[in-house]
Amino acid sequence: MKVILRHPRREVEVEGPLTVGTLLDRLDIVPESVLVIRGDELVTKDIRLSDEDTVEVRPVISGG
Amino acid sequence: MRCRVCRDRAAVEVRRHNAAFCREHFVEHVHRQVERTIHEFDMIRPGERLLIGVSGGKDSLALWHILTALGHRADGVYLDLGISDYSDESLELTRSFASERGLSLEVVDIKESYGFTIPEAASRTHRTACSACGLSKRYALNEAAVRGGYDVLVMGHNLDDEAATLMSNVLNWNVGYLGRQRPVLPAKPGFVKKIKPLLRVAERETAAYAVLQGIDYEVAECPLVAGNSLNRLKEWMVELEHRSPGALSQFVGGFVRDGSALFEEESNVDLHACQRCGRPTTGEVCAFCRLQLRATEAR
Ligand code: SF4
Ligand SMILES: [Zn+2]
Ligand SMILES: [Zn+2]
Repeated sequence: MKVILRHPRREVEVEGPLTVGTLLDRLDIVPESVLVIRGDELVTKDIRLSDEDTVEVRPVISGG
Repeated sequence: MRCRVCRDRAAVEVRRHNAAFCREHFVEHVHRQVERTIHEFDMIRPGERLLIGVSGGKDSLALWHILTALGHRADGVYLDLGISDYSDESLELTRSFASERGLSLEVVDIKESYGFTIPEAASRTHRTACSACGLSKRYALNEAAVRGGYDVLVMGHNLDDEAATLMSNVLNWNVGYLGRQRPVLPAKPGFVKKIKPLLRVAERETAAYAVLQGIDYEVAECPLVAGNSLNRLKEWMVELEHRSPGALSQFVGGFVRDGSALFEEESNVDLHACQRCGRPTTGEVCAFCRLQLRATEAR
């Protein structure tokens, strides 16, 4: 699946299927620090992502 | 995961409340938290005119949206800090947000109004960009509120912001600041009342709210953020919240309830008019005027 990361914006390929929780674990990301967005919906950590999905992992901490 | 209210598929998990919500009920949950905060601290009185500082980021735009939904009419003010494309893009997003909703927005270009941009201030003074930026924002927002005859200045600080600020003030034992870190700062001569209605809403929740309400906000980071020590503290706070859900609201909530009054005296300092701009200050010339003088000196 295609995973879009931010700060700076970049894309990585991760092999599915796997849950959102496992994806964040694999990317070593604290779940509280991001939202995971698939299309125009937010997905919780138990949701299973398939290989065809594109998801954005969007950090929630902003400066300023 | 299922919504606590309707059992539909959940969109957001809120671990500290041991709950998850679908879109509709999450929105309702956030509205309730903000309404409760406004009510509990008597933040807004009938007839008061509100001005909200908006940056194009998720917190201030989400808060503007929430206030409007709760029936509080607020005008917006955007400070153009002169941080290259980042400021231009943030302004564009803020403008679209306001015009789509028929809200009124004032734009203050700090270069035009005060003679310097934040990058210029950072390179010409000994302050870091974020410290020059924070000082300028506080000053210019209050100026805009006073000039426009507003009664209340609404700030978009969320729970994580407050927790990080509190931690920073404790780590440095900044007792004067601790006395002033309150949900409501009452009006004083030269300063309008300042309120923080997002005090109980975590950063992740304001972001989720913005996404779920289709608010197009600035996702990119400020290019000057690297030196922001508060942001490093926030990353640490998020880690703490992950290990111990509810830790941040406990920390901030307890301080607001029992802690800040202990430091109140420390914040009662003698103020007199700044010799240059007339705003109250502890010195002869206020910190903002000193920054402005140095940032605009002929070189
Ligand atoms: S990161 Fe620093 S310079 Fe950039 S907007 Fe925030 S406070 Fe200002
Ligand atoms: Zn629901
Ligand atoms: Zn001054």
